[in-house]
Amino acid sequence: MDVTDLLQLAIYGVVLGSILTLGAIGVSLLFGILRFSNFAHGDIMTLGAYAAFAVVSILHTPVWLALPVGMIAGALVAVAADQLVYRRLRRTQPVILLISSFGMALIIRSLVQLIWGPQDRSFIKGIDMPMHFGDLMVSPQQLWILGGTIVIVIAVHLFLTRTRMGKAMRAMSDNMDLARVTGIDAEKVIIWTWALGGALAAAAGVFLALDTRLTPMMGWSALLPIFAAAILGGFGKPYGAIVGGMIIGVASEMSTAVLPPAYKPATAFAVMVIMLVVRPNGLLGARR
Amino acid sequence: MSIDLSGLASYGVFLLTLAAIYGVVSLALNVQWGMTGLFNIGIAGFYAIGAYCAAIVTTPPSPSHLGGLGLPFGVGLLVAMAVSGLVAFLVGLLTLKLREDYLAIATIGISEIIRLVLKNEDWIGNGVRGIAGIARPLSANPLVYLAVVLLVLAATYLAVERARKSPWGRVLRALRENELGAQAAGKNIYRFRMEAFVLGSMIMGLGGALYAHFIGFVSPEAFEPVFATFLVWVMLIAGGSGNNKGAVLGAFVIWLVWSGTELLTNQLPADYVTQGSALRVLLIGVLLQVILLRRPEGLLPEERPHVGASPASSAEAEDEA
Repeated sequence: MDVTDLLQLAIYGVVLGSILTLGAIGVSLLFGILRFSNFAHGDIMTLGAYAAFAVVSILHTPVWLALPVGMIAGALVAVAADQLVYRRLRRTQPVILLISSFGMALIIRSLVQLIWGPQDRSFIKGIDMPMHFGDLMVSPQQLWILGGTIVIVIAVHLFLTRTRMGKAMRAMSDNMDLARVTGIDAEKVIIWTWALGGALAAAAGVFLALDTRLTPMMGWSALLPIFAAAILGGFGKPYGAIVGGMIIGVASEMSTAVLPPAYKPATAFAVMVIMLVVRPNGLLGARR
Repeated sequence: MSIDLSGLASYGVFLLTLAAIYGVVSLALNVQWGMTGLFNIGIAGFYAIGAYCAAIVTTPPSPSHLGGLGLPFGVGLLVAMAVSGLVAFLVGLLTLKLREDYLAIATIGISEIIRLVLKNEDWIGNGVRGIAGIARPLSANPLVYLAVVLLVLAATYLAVERARKSPWGRVLRALRENELGAQAAGKNIYRFRMEAFVLGSMIMGLGGALYAHFIGFVSPEAFEPVFATFLVWVMLIAGGSGNNKGAVLGAFVIWLVWSGTELLTNQLPADYVTQGSALRVLLIGVLLQVILLRRPEGLLPEERPHVGASPASSAEAEDEA
């Protein structure tokens, strides 16, 4: 294990970190506004990836053209779940919403399995030759993932800082009552938050599928590291989620230098637990 | 006379045994969630610990996994409970002072790590090949084992019900409803939470041990971890969280519904049979949403003390406690 190997792992880590970041931003935004951890987030990722896969396999478009379709599908499913179920449960304790989202996760996953079957799928047929930069290797897909994530994160940043809706979201996340007093339509903001979170999750799902394969379990398996990233960044803080995602991504990949790769999720979890004990409000979180 | 069981009757015994095992686990979750408000979605992890402990303690010596201590059934149950309780204690140390979401995420993380360890560390439980040959106590007859499981279920029910009615149980409910109030009354809420979490997890371990002896085989994938956890949650919520009778009733009803959906999906045309399990999960997921929306208090709602009850009935309640 020399420096080149570690750098190579760091590159894989940044790629994984990009995927986790996109998932964690949505989890964090939803938590900020609705005060609950959405356990269906991973399965919205799965659904978005399969929706994009359907476009690619039926219309034979390139993946980047199918990505927006996947994101729209993710947004629609997230909003539908909210309108059909979560909306009616919002008055109860947040934990009831949590249980409900756990059930929603299974509903979405079994729908994916019913529509597309239990077998693995892949966006890419055959093997794409990786590109070499000195001793380091990067596959074209990984460059797409990095580039796509940067574009999406910048778009989210502009949305949150420049548009009325984005500002309203941040206001509600900071202080729900104060935001309502200023005349923000809370219901509308919640719907938009679901749409944004669902779309970002779907993008994360498409990228995850590009990096690995499509399976009905892919999103659920990514949920734990995504929560870890969101917690690390401070729940409710979308910008913290970027930092959290990168730390968890790099830590998970680097851990393979000393541990069997099967323990990657365990590394994410260990980082999260240490974080919870040392700084329960996250790296960027204020001490409340 | 019971030796010559017809197919239907033996299927019935099979269903009842599993329902009773789920009843034990549902009671365990009721201690954590129903009584105390602790959100544990790592049930499968504690269940797996219990199952593996039972396997390691009771099977004859074997080079392919840890132990094979060849000890009796009862010792296996005790070890299963002890180890589950110890793991719960460690998880609790890290998370019980934090917000409830964090406990939820931590428990799911722990159960995932337990699964990964069991899958990858061959020396513990023979990796993915699992441990076979876990014998049933007394006799191999399924009816005898059903009686054993029902006995354990009854004992668990009595113990948990007694705990619920005790002053200890009242503190748990107090801190569930109003943490600050309980704290102001001088209760160390962290200690009470820890006790409830450890007790519940020990009972989950007990359920896992019963399962291992029933099926005779354990492997990391034998439990469908996420799904087992989910099913127990549906059972408790459907039955009535906070109510021990409800927890047991929910386990039996939901287990019958779940098994019934199998009969339903078996009727599907051959092309769709492989999709049957996904369809069953879908149905149970929808059922949970309907229960949460229509009858969140469950079949047997929690008995709440009546404010302004007649003196006679409140005196009676005092006697019971």
